[in-house]
Parts: sequence; C-alpha cells; structure tokens
Amino acid sequence: MEGTKEPMTEATSAAPVRAHDGNGEFIKFAEVSKRFGSNVVLDDLSFSVGAGERVTLIGPSGSGKTTILRMLMTLLRPDSGTISVNGEYLFHEERGGQLVTASESHIRRVRSKITMVFQQFNLFPNMRVLRNVTEAPVHVLGKPKDEAAERAKELLALVGLGEKLDAYPSQLSGGQQQRVAIARALAVDPDVLLLDEVTSALDPELAAEVLDVLRDIAKTTDVTMLLVTHAMKFARDVSHRVLMFNQGKIIEDRPPEEMFNEPRHERTQSFLRSVIDET
Amino acid sequence: MSGEQVGLLVDGALFTLWLTLGGAAIGLVLAFLAGLARVSSSKVLRAIGFVYVEFFRGAAVLVLAFWFVYAMPMLGWQFEPVFAGMVALGLNIGAYAAEIVRGAIQSVPVNQYEAALAMNFSSWQRMRRVVLPQALVAMIPPFSNNIIELLKASAVVSVVSIPELAFNGQLIWSGNGQAAAVFGGLLVMYGALALIFTIIMRLLERRAARSVGRQPDPGWWTRLRRRSEVPA
Amino acid sequence: MNWDWDYVGSMMPDLLDGLWTALLATIFGFLLALVLGLVFAILRRSKTAWIRVPIGFIVEFIRGTPLLVQLFFLFFVLPDFGVQLSPLASGIVGLGVHYATYTSEVYRAGIDGVPAGQWEAATALNLPARRTWTSVVLPQAVPRSLPALSNYLIALFKDVPQLVAITVAEPFTVARGIFADSFRPFEAITMAGVLYLVTAFVLSYLGRIVERRYGTVRV
Repeated sequence: MEGTKEPMTEATSAAPVRAHDGNGEFIKFAEVSKRFGSNVVLDDLSFSVGAGERVTLIGPSGSGKTTILRMLMTLLRPDSGTISVNGEYLFHEERGGQLVTASESHIRRVRSKITMVFQQFNLFPNMRVLRNVTEAPVHVLGKPKDEAAERAKELLALVGLGEKLDAYPSQLSGGQQQRVAIARALAVDPDVLLLDEVTSALDPELAAEVLDVLRDIAKTTDVTMLLVTHAMKFARDVSHRVLMFNQGKIIEDRPPEEMFNEPRHERTQSFLRSVIDET
Repeated sequence: MSGEQVGLLVDGALFTLWLTLGGAAIGLVLAFLAGLARVSSSKVLRAIGFVYVEFFRGAAVLVLAFWFVYAMPMLGWQFEPVFAGMVALGLNIGAYAAEIVRGAIQSVPVNQYEAALAMNFSSWQRMRRVVLPQALVAMIPPFSNNIIELLKASAVVSVVSIPELAFNGQLIWSGNGQAAAVFGGLLVMYGALALIFTIIMRLLERRAARSVGRQPDPGWWTRLRRRSEVPA
Repeated sequence: MNWDWDYVGSMMPDLLDGLWTALLATIFGFLLALVLGLVFAILRRSKTAWIRVPIGFIVEFIRGTPLLVQLFFLFFVLPDFGVQLSPLASGIVGLGVHYATYTSEVYRAGIDGVPAGQWEAATALNLPARRTWTSVVLPQAVPRSLPALSNYLIALFKDVPQLVAITVAEPFTVARGIFADSFRPFEAITMAGVLYLVTAFVLSYLGRIVERRYGTVRV
C-alpha cells in the first residue's frame, strides 16, 4: 500500500491529518430518504459534517454515496427529511413557524456556497480554459473581470495549467480537463466542495496528477469537502472521516486509519478487500 | 435577350433575395421564441409554442399567402402583397426552425446543465451562457437546409403577384415565348442562389464549430460526391 | 363583412372535387417519388463515377430549386419537344421527381444502416451486384426507411397547392373560378385553405400512428 509511484505521497503521509475541531453540524442530513422507483437509495439517513471537515464516502455502487453529493448540489431532491447547510435548510424555508418547500431564489442563495467537481469534468466546451474559470465569478458573484481573471490565473497555476489559458477543453487531456474543473470550482470561493468520483474516468497516470493537485489543495484550504472515490490511499491521506455506505445506510463512521486498518463491520471488510487500490 | 428582360431578371433576383432574407429574419425570431417556449417550464408557454409549431407546419406558404392577400382584406386588414408574402414565409419557416431550436437545446448534454447549476448560474444564465452557445452550433446545419427551403418557397409567393424571380420569369416568357430558355434559366439562377446560401451557411458552420473548439467537417462539395464505401 | 354559409354550401361540392384531385396528385406523385428515389439512391452508390457524380449533381440541383419553377418547366417546355402532358400529369411528374430527391436521402440512410457484414457476406457468397441489392440490401434497407418516408407524403401534400400555377383543378384553382364569378373571395379562399389544413393534420396524425407502431428511423 505504501505508494512509491507518486512523489507527493511521502510528504502527505508524513503530515498527519489535522484533528478536526470545527462546528460539528455545518452540513446536516436529518432523516433523509430517497427512492428511485422501488429502489431505496437512501433509507432514513442522518449524519452531519463539521465545517472544514473532509469526509470520504465509500461503499459499493448503488449504496447512495453519489446521491448524497447530488442532493447537496440540488441536482436531486430528497423524498423526505431535511438537509441543512450552515444552519439553513436547503430545500425548505420557515414561514410562519412552518417548514415549506423553498423557493428557487432561496435554494439558489443557500447553494451559492456549494460547488461540485464531476466525474466527467463537464467543462463548458464553448469557452476557453480561462473563461471556464472566470464565467461564474464574473456573472454569478459579480466580480470585476480583471480581478476574476487574475484569481483564475492563480488557480490555474496552482493546478499546473498556467500555460493553457487559451486552450479549448477539447484540446486538453482528461487529467488536464479535470484540473481545470477543480480550478473552476475553487474560483467561486466555495465553503463546500463536492468531489464525485473525480478520477474514475481517467487512466491511472492522469488520475495521479489530479489526486496530487487535490492533496495540495486539501493541505492549504479549510474548505469542507465531501468525496466519493475509489482511490483509497488518497482517501486515507486527505480525509478526517470515512463513512461506509451500504444499502442506503451508513454502517461505519470512523477516522481513516481505523477504518482501513481494522474495519469492524463484516461488509466493510469484504468491500475493502474487493477494492484494488493503486492511488 | 433584351436589356429590359435582363433588368427584369436582376430585379426579380434581388426581390427573391429580399423575400428570403426578410422571411429568414422573421422566421428566426419566431423560431427562438417558439423553441424556447417549448422547453420552458411554464405549461402555458409550452402550449403556445406547440400550437404555433403544429399550425404553421401544417399551413403551406401558398395557403397563407393566398389567404393574407385575397381573404384578409375582407376583414379590414389590407396587407401589402410583399409584406404578406414575407410574413407567410417567416411564419412557415419559423415553425420548422422552432423544432430545430428545441431539438438543439435538448441535445446539449444534461451534464452541462448540471455543471452550470454547480456554478450557481440562474436558470436564464444557464440557458444564455452555457446551453444556447452550444445549441447554436448544432442548429446551423439544419438551418442551412431551412434557408434553402425558404429560398424555394419564396418562388411560391409569385402566385400573389409579387415581382420576384419566378414572377418576372413568367413575364419574360409571356413576352418572348421561349419556354426552355426562360424556365431553364430561372432554375439555374435559383440553383446559383442556393449555392451561394449553402456556401455562406457552410462558412458560418465552420466558424461556429471553431468557436466551441471543434474541428470543422469536410467541405460542402463532399456532399455532392458523397458515396459511403462501395461494396467491393 | 359576414360569412355566408349558403354560399359556402353551394361551393363545397366543387371544392371537394378539387380536394380529390389534390389527393390523386399526392398519391401518384408520392408513388413516383418512392420508386424514383430508390433509383436515385442506388445510382448514387454506383461504382462508376460517370453515373454517380452527374446523378448526384442532378439530385442536388432539383432539391435546391423551387418546385414551382420545375412545374413551369414541365408544363411549358415539354410541349416544345412534342411531349404534351395534361396539367395533372405534369403536376404528378413534377411532385414525384422533386420529392424523389428527398426520398433518395431517406433510402440512403436506410442503406447506410445495413451492416457492413451483410455486404461482406454477399461478397463471400459471390453474389452478383444486382442480386446483392435485390435480395440482401434492399429487403433490409427499405422497411426501415418506411416511417421516415411517410413524413414526405405529408410534405408533398402541402406542396400540392402550387399546382394552381399550372391550372390543375385543385381547391385553390376551383376557389379562384368561384370568386371570379361571385366577387366574394373570402369564403372561397378560406374554405380551400381549411380543406388543405384539415387534410394535412389528418395525414400527419395518421403518420404519427404509423410511426408509433413501426418506430422511427433517424435520417
């Protein structure tokens, strides 16, 4: 398991992940259920994540991990239960002491501090790299153009793409596209960053360059992160907590060292054995 | 051919161009309004878009032009024939183009919509900054078919006495009786106009493809020579 | 102005005769388009450039120029060469040839959809070209073209009013005759238009049923 492949590994492994001491309920799922047809994806699920915490969601496919992220991004709505971020309900508003379905503008306001990096990158193909990163800061956050461009250049340099500002996404490798997507996400100054299998569509070599960038970012920011990944070594390096999902429930919730070294639940043990880990 | 006849042909061709471009402008506006209405979240707008598209795809240009010019005056609206012809063309082509607008918008992958939402764009910004620029590229090739159809349809409005190419051609023929030369020549002139429109649309298509970082398709003439691999 | 139902009633038999003529033109024009379109599609895949390229040019040219002018050409030019067609026959030929350029594209898509392995199998069996087409390729390509072809039946019908220009007795020609006598164009033109519209909607409704039953082919 001790990776010799990547230059970053040693440094990150050496630096212990900070013990987490933030607000314990920055993100809160309360009794959330979701089903697709007859298939129960989330089963009365409650958990919370502290501010600045980095939490990795693991488990077999279909166990509800990605659904969690997509709900936080408001790409999916829960069937029942509530989700709150920084004390505000995501899909509900309080009106006259009653919880009612939130208006589009309420959702948009709460969502403004959340963003996501996708498995398929999803860069805007009609915009060059720089504009992919500046578009939202300028048109959503209302930043002046030159300020946004300056910040974007910093972020693109941070992900190692300072030279590719004028390229179109289609001219980049998958790994480069994903690094642009990371810069694009950071450019909106998120409090919550959702990473949905961000290396699953990449060859191992390209995946490694993306994970290196993310390791760097994890070290230098206190953005709250929720990650769904199959890169277990990476998960161990960056996260404060690992949640093991099975059939829409969390069956184990522990720090990475414990989770990976001595999983308690039988289902976790068999899952971890089945994951071939290279990164 | 006399100078007068040449003048008639030139005037007619210019009139045909004017009708085509005017009809295209009207059609384009209607197409975007109706196309956006058809993908809107409002039921009422969707219904309006649907009725417009269904009705005017069913109504042939000639039917509309006839009705505008011969029937509408009895209701108290006197349409100038040229304007009536242009509106008939625009209404008709707009209904077809609206379906292209709708299809192109729906062909933009859903993950683009999701990425735009993750950037917290408003729904109008998602449409205007992310979806439409990509959809536009997909619209241009079918639009170029539309504009050829429009050019062809513009000949139809000659039946309500608009002095465009086909009408003036008939004038010349009734003067000199040389049917083969006149009508053959008309077809060649329409063919040339169609070629010009095709080339312009091709250039637009290439530009649009480049604007989304895509390699443009091979040139228009390959269409003429097209023959997918022949069995050995 | 007021709408005169008695007047409308008196003209309906003539207008319906006109509609019948329009339907005849549609049916025979479409049959011609089906046959000729297949011929175009096959010739455009000929191995001989001397066949393929000129046919391609002619097809593109016909598709790119107005049906109306083509109708004039047929109706006024052919007599100079000793071919005298009735207005309706000219109309049928004009519609058929014009729409053959569209149906040939549908057939082309259908032919392209036949897997390469089928051509290769025909070669492996040493089938002559004619046999390959008639017993292997077309039986697979034509059925899958049918739903898309039905769209052109409706499109063709919508172009039938243009036959007014060569005096075919379709509804608008009939209507013109009626209001030339009565000086009341409103009812006549409106009813001719309504007949066309209603028929077009009925046809496209039927087309949709056919499509739902047999599926769509992407062209």
